[in-house]
This record gives sequence, C-alpha cells and structure tokens, in this order.
Amino acid sequence: MFWPVIPKSPASWKVPPNLLDYEPTVATFSWDAVRGAFQGLPENRGFNIAHEAVDRHADGPLSDRVAIRWLGAEGATLSIRYGELKTRTNRFANVLKGLGIGKADTVAVLLGRIPELYIAALGTLKNTSVFCPLFSAFGPEPVYQRLSRGDAKILLTTERAYRQKVAPLMARLPRLQSVLLVDAREHASDRLLSLPRLMAEAADAFVIPPTDPEDIAVLHFTSGTTGMPKGALHVHGAALTHYLTGQYVMDFHPDDVFWCTADPGWVTGTSYGIIAPLLHGITNVVDEADFDAVRWCRILQAERVTVWYTAPTAIRRFMRMGIEPARQYDLSRLRLVHSVGEPLNPEAVVWGLQALGMPIHDNWWQTETGGIMIANFPAMDIRPGSMGQPLPGIEAAIVERADGGVRVIEKPNVQGDLALRPGWPSMFRGYLHDDARYQKCFVDGWYLTGDLARRDADGYFWFVGRADDIIKTSGHMVGPFEVESTLMAHPAVAEAGVIGKPDPLIGEMVKAFVSLKPDFAPSDALRLELIGFARQRLGSAVAPKEIAFTPDLPKNKAGKIMRRLLKARELGLPEEDLSTLEDSG
Amino acid sequence: MNSDDIRTVVFEILRRIAPESDPSALDPNENIRQALDIDSFDALNFFVRVNEQFGISVPESDYGGLNTVSEIVGYLSARLG
Repeated sequence: MFWPVIPKSPASWKVPPNLLDYEPTVATFSWDAVRGAFQGLPENRGFNIAHEAVDRHADGPLSDRVAIRWLGAEGATLSIRYGELKTRTNRFANVLKGLGIGKADTVAVLLGRIPELYIAALGTLKNTSVFCPLFSAFGPEPVYQRLSRGDAKILLTTERAYRQKVAPLMARLPRLQSVLLVDAREHASDRLLSLPRLMAEAADAFVIPPTDPEDIAVLHFTSGTTGMPKGALHVHGAALTHYLTGQYVMDFHPDDVFWCTADPGWVTGTSYGIIAPLLHGITNVVDEADFDAVRWCRILQAERVTVWYTAPTAIRRFMRMGIEPARQYDLSRLRLVHSVGEPLNPEAVVWGLQALGMPIHDNWWQTETGGIMIANFPAMDIRPGSMGQPLPGIEAAIVERADGGVRVIEKPNVQGDLALRPGWPSMFRGYLHDDARYQKCFVDGWYLTGDLARRDADGYFWFVGRADDIIKTSGHMVGPFEVESTLMAHPAVAEAGVIGKPDPLIGEMVKAFVSLKPDFAPSDALRLELIGFARQRLGSAVAPKEIAFTPDLPKNKAGKIMRRLLKARELGLPEEDLSTLEDSG
Repeated sequence: MNSDDIRTVVFEILRRIAPESDPSALDPNENIRQALDIDSFDALNFFVRVNEQFGISVPESDYGGLNTVSEIVGYLSARLG
C-alpha cells in the first residue's frame, strides 16, 4: 500500500521547531559548537553528566523548577525540583563514597521506576562510578549474568526483589560488596544495608571529582546472538548527543514537560528517560506503573505533557482499543509524539494524525549508539514507515560486505547493512571484557549496526530487518542463546532453538522449539513446566511465551541449530531459500 | 457461577500463564502483576483467556483497575451476575 507523505508546514507548528533547515544545518554542523551549551565542571575539572543535568540548573534560575515529576503506581505523586535533586544526588554520591566506591566501580540497580532509581543514577555519575541499570522484570539468571559480567560492586534493589532474585545469587557474586535495599529500615548485615538509613546519615554537600569526558559513565547490557549479553560502555561525553537530540529531535523548549515511557533498564529509559530532558532543564515525567491506556491518557492530560516519547507496542495497544485520546482528553498542550524501539508501521504513524491530532515521529538508534541517530524531525515531512534522516553530525550509509571489507551502496533503494561513521560522542567505547567483539563491529572505517536497511533517493532510511537472530520483543532485545541455555538446563530438554515469532502487538514474541531427551514425551504438562522453569530463571521479559515440541531441530553441517529455518517453518515460508542463507552466529 | 467458581477458573488461567506460581497462595489484595511477574503481554493473554472461559469481553480500558485477585473476581462476578 502507498502511504502519502505527511507534509509539515509552519501553520501546523504550535512552537517553531529548533531545527528548521535540515540541509544547511548538516552542512555547517560541528560537535565543538554543541559543547558551548555546557558549563563544564568548575575550575576546569572536566565534564560530568550529572553536573550538566542537575547541578548547573540547581545553582541557577531553574533551581525551583520541577526536574522529576513522579507518579506512583498506587496514586502517590512526588515533585523533585532541581535544587532538591542536587542535594539528594549529592547524598547518594556520599553514600557511595562512604562505602569506598569510587571511579569506574559499577553500581547496578534492579528497581522499578521509583525516585530512588533516578537519584541513584545521577548520584552514581557524580561519584564518577558507573551506572548499570537492570530491567526489573529480569529473573535471577539475567540478573546474575549482568551483575557478574559487569563486576558490580553495589546493587540497589527492593526487599522483595532481593529475596526472590538476588539472595540465591550472593554466594556466586564475590565482587558484589553490598546490596542497598531501598525499602529496608535497618541494616540487616554488612552486605545488606538500608538505603534510607545511609541516605539519612549522608551529607548534603558533594564535590564532583575531576571527570574526563572519556570516563565511563553508563554500562548497558544488550543481547547477543551467540553468547551471553554484552556490556556496552558509554562515557560522560555522550551527553553531547543527548543534548543535541533533545534539541533537534525531541525539540525541547524551556517550558516543556517531557514524558519518556521507557524503563531505564533499557537504553532509551536512561538516555531519554533521565539524561536528555534534565540536560535541557525541563520537567521529566516518570510513571511507575506499567502500560495502561486510560491511565496514560490521563497522565498526558493532567501533567500537561508537551513532548511524548513512547513505543510502537503501546501505540498499537491504543489502536487496538479504538480510542482516540484527542477526542476524549484535553491534549491541547501536546506538541510532539515520538516513537522508538522497533520500526513504527505506517498505519500507526497515520493513526496519530487522527487520534492524537499529530503524526508520530519514528526514530532509530540502538544501545551501542547511545542516542538517536536517524530521526523524523519536527520540521521535516514524514514518509510513513521510514525512520527518517540522520541527525546532523551523523553520517549514515547503506553498505555491503565485499572482499573482506565493506563497500558503500550509493544506489538508492538497495537493501544492505546500515552503517555509521564512528566518532559521534555517544558511541559506545567498548564491550566490557570483550574487545574482540567490539573490534568486529568496525570494518573499513564504518560501525556496522547489525540492522538491514535501505535509503531512498531523497535520503530517508527504511528499516528492513535484523542481520542476525536477535529478537525484538515489546521493544526489548532478547538474545536467543540466553533463552536456549536456560531451557537446556531442564532435565527433559535435549536441545532448544529460540526465535522471534512475529506478533501484531509486541513485534516479536519469544518462541522456543524444544526436542526432548529419550525418556520424555511431549505433553501439555511438560510444556507448562518448561515455561514455568524458564520464567523462574529468566523473568517474564525474557522467557518464552510459547513452546513447541519438535523431534528434529534443523541443523547445519556443523551441527548448529538453524534458527532461521525454524522461523521459516513457523511462518510457512519455503525452507530451501533460507537454508543457503544460514550464517547466523 | 459463584465467586469461588470464578476464582477457581481465574487461578487456572493464571497457572497457564505463570505455571511456576501458585495463585491460590496470593493475598487477594496483592498486585498480581508484581507478585506473579505478569508483563503486559501476559496480562493481555489473561484477558483473552477470560473471554474464552467466561464469554466476557473485558475492554482494555478496564484493565487498569484489575490488578488483584479480589478486583478481578469482583469484576467478573458483577459482569456475570
């Protein structure tokens, strides 16, 4: 189906966008000029994200501005102003310092979207330690993998999550010095401490130590096709990208109220759910509760949200309900809607026009890029289904592998690997403890994203698919290997192959194909047992939603399970065409 | 169908979604999404199965108020009543 272009004209703008002339801006762009928007640490001590996101506003006219507007799942609310955020994050930095945690030490959090998470993130950055968020719906196995691979010294969590997920892991985590419980009144032991107690005892003042822009600030784990999760390292200097995308893509203006619905367990929820809006000194809405369409409409209305950053899964839920928020709620303050996580289908982009009174702007980036790379900009015509054009300062291309290197495909509308020219500020600086894997991402002066795409004659990029077997479910990446390994730990399972089964709402659903050991027979009871087994270890965010028994998992000559063939079977596609393509992993 | 029958069917549905758990051990006022690790896709499946089992279509706009066993049983009782 042909989707007409959605034109942008000055008449449709409630506020003139920051980026009006794309091409001239690209032509004259320099990252050095972006640096001018920042203050830097006093006395030339360097550049720290938390200073730029919190302290410089707290010490200026924005001190009384609400930085974080928190909405609790049970109805409580809390507004933290920039001045207060400075004090609270100072206290948390002092807590870390008091525990002997310093530069480059990993501080992990396993928390829902509660205020402590945000205070810990920024306080960790102040202390020049490394913030490592873990999605709260992870089960013990993904938590263990990340804490262990991330060399976490501190973990923040709740009593419940500690009891259910972390306590059984403690003996296997010798480097984990202390667990700070956000809801414990008293310390339970030297290793199990009460965060409220530590915070009450901590001093209000903290001097951010010298910070190099290249110091590691954030560690985000992302899923791999073949091995266990990879820890992508990001630096303080990444804030330049966060600031610039806040300015040009999110189009932040001084009075904006911004709501990013992503969880900080995923990179969007950190880069845009914490850092970007605070760098701009605006109000950042945080909702603790999970998706609830009616609640979300009420939040947009009551909090007077002006810029909303959400995900295709949520948008498709709205579409499914047949509700048109703009008719039933007062969304007159809403100016811009953005989406990320997986490609937004053209129907959803157009649905926005009807139901929200404005189109939805899709954009593209990934954990490794640290910030938005390709986007539909407020003043640029939208081609529904396209991820848009590269951010000024970003060079993107479609390349093909040839002769051991890569060659740029200049011809429009030809599918190839989406590649970026390295050197942008928020580019990941490594995979923790895995330099070989990091180096493999760069070929002939290009960073290969692992996504397949094409570019049209006018420079718009279009997503085609993943080049590997990574599953994108509800906007989250799931590595099939991690799921297969867990299933194979069950005594009945001989082998497992895990794929993403296309799903109209969540993009892909994790589906496992399992072959059983000789003494076991397929049954509904065993299927449920395996689902439960996986959920207990992996958590609902990663565990398979469907399991099918199959006596013969397809393998290549080397004996490796061919996930693409499993997927072809699932989709009813001809298998022969795919068998020759099998090169995953 | 009385409340006990409804509760029994609700527990059966939950056991198929979160087979590792024992819904009958829950406090009736506990948030099942947290207690049973039900993500939003699981929740959607739950309501699809409620529709199959009870013949009641729960509009998505009602999902937000259905987080505990007692809320769900109360809601279904009223709808079936």
